[in-house]
Amino acid sequence: MAHPTQLGFQDAASPVMEELLHFHDHALMIVLLISTLVLYIITAMVSTKLTNKYILDSQEIEIVWTILPAVILVLIALPSLRILYLMDEINDPHLTIKAMGHQWYWSYEYTDYENLGFDSYMVPTQDLAPGQFRLLETDHRMVVPMESPVRVLVSAEDVLHSWAVPSLGVKMDAVPGRLNQAAFIASRPGVFYGQCSEICGANHSFMPIVVEAVPLEHFENWSSLMLEDA
Amino acid sequence: MADVIDDKIKNYRTAPFDARFPNTNQTRNCFQNYLDFHRCNKVLSGKGQDSSPCEWYQRVYKSLCPMSWVEKWDGQIEDGSFPGKI
Repeated sequence: MAHPTQLGFQDAASPVMEELLHFHDHALMIVLLISTLVLYIITAMVSTKLTNKYILDSQEIEIVWTILPAVILVLIALPSLRILYLMDEINDPHLTIKAMGHQWYWSYEYTDYENLGFDSYMVPTQDLAPGQFRLLETDHRMVVPMESPVRVLVSAEDVLHSWAVPSLGVKMDAVPGRLNQAAFIASRPGVFYGQCSEICGANHSFMPIVVEAVPLEHFENWSSLMLEDA
Repeated sequence: MADVIDDKIKNYRTAPFDARFPNTNQTRNCFQNYLDFHRCNKVLSGKGQDSSPCEWYQRVYKSLCPMSWVEKWDGQIEDGSFPGKI
């Protein structure tokens, strides 16, 4: 989850997010190098006592500062496209979960076998237990088996919402009447937080998402318990 | 043929990848399987044959379609106001 004074991404919890994180490091490094070079050149130009009144042809440097940016762009584009196609690969999910956005909570439906459905409301600040996170905790979490490809079908029952979990690298708009598919694999067990990412009214900031990745047996126990309670 | 289908239904985990709907928008995938289930039932029951192969479509639409959509459509079928052709 996010922490105060955070600068970078949250720790990745899925292979795709890891790739995105590393790509961001790569692109940011290139950007920082170029910016440093430009800043240096500006200060050098501003502080020099030399003057040159006779620049005519400058073929060589023109060639260099045309080819070099093209090469840099290719070095950015190749990893970017690699990740784009990686995210687009046909995956064979083990499990399908529907995440329906409402004003102002999410509801999750696990209907591959039985009809399991439940609502997920934010825990109000005054009801938080010590150690819980303000505006992020929910009464029921979306539990998934770890290391399994999961398909999430995101939709909404009233207005636009958006289902986002940054550490899994997932964000998908929830549009009424439309079913949007997102997929992820939770590479490690843990609890991953997200927040609604499309303005949806008064309590838009108070309908968080919590995904809990657990070993398969725990997931099976949890779903049996949830079905009994329903 | 029927046992291939029975096998697929028995080993069902979740709706598999359907090449007819390769993109993010899976709305039609859900609706098409719902229609196919009811059409399959109508045809097989109409001929007096066993409609258990239709269970595949039912498993798929139950996996994909939100429960509220299914309830709404079931209600419309009962009323006779369902917009799709079955």
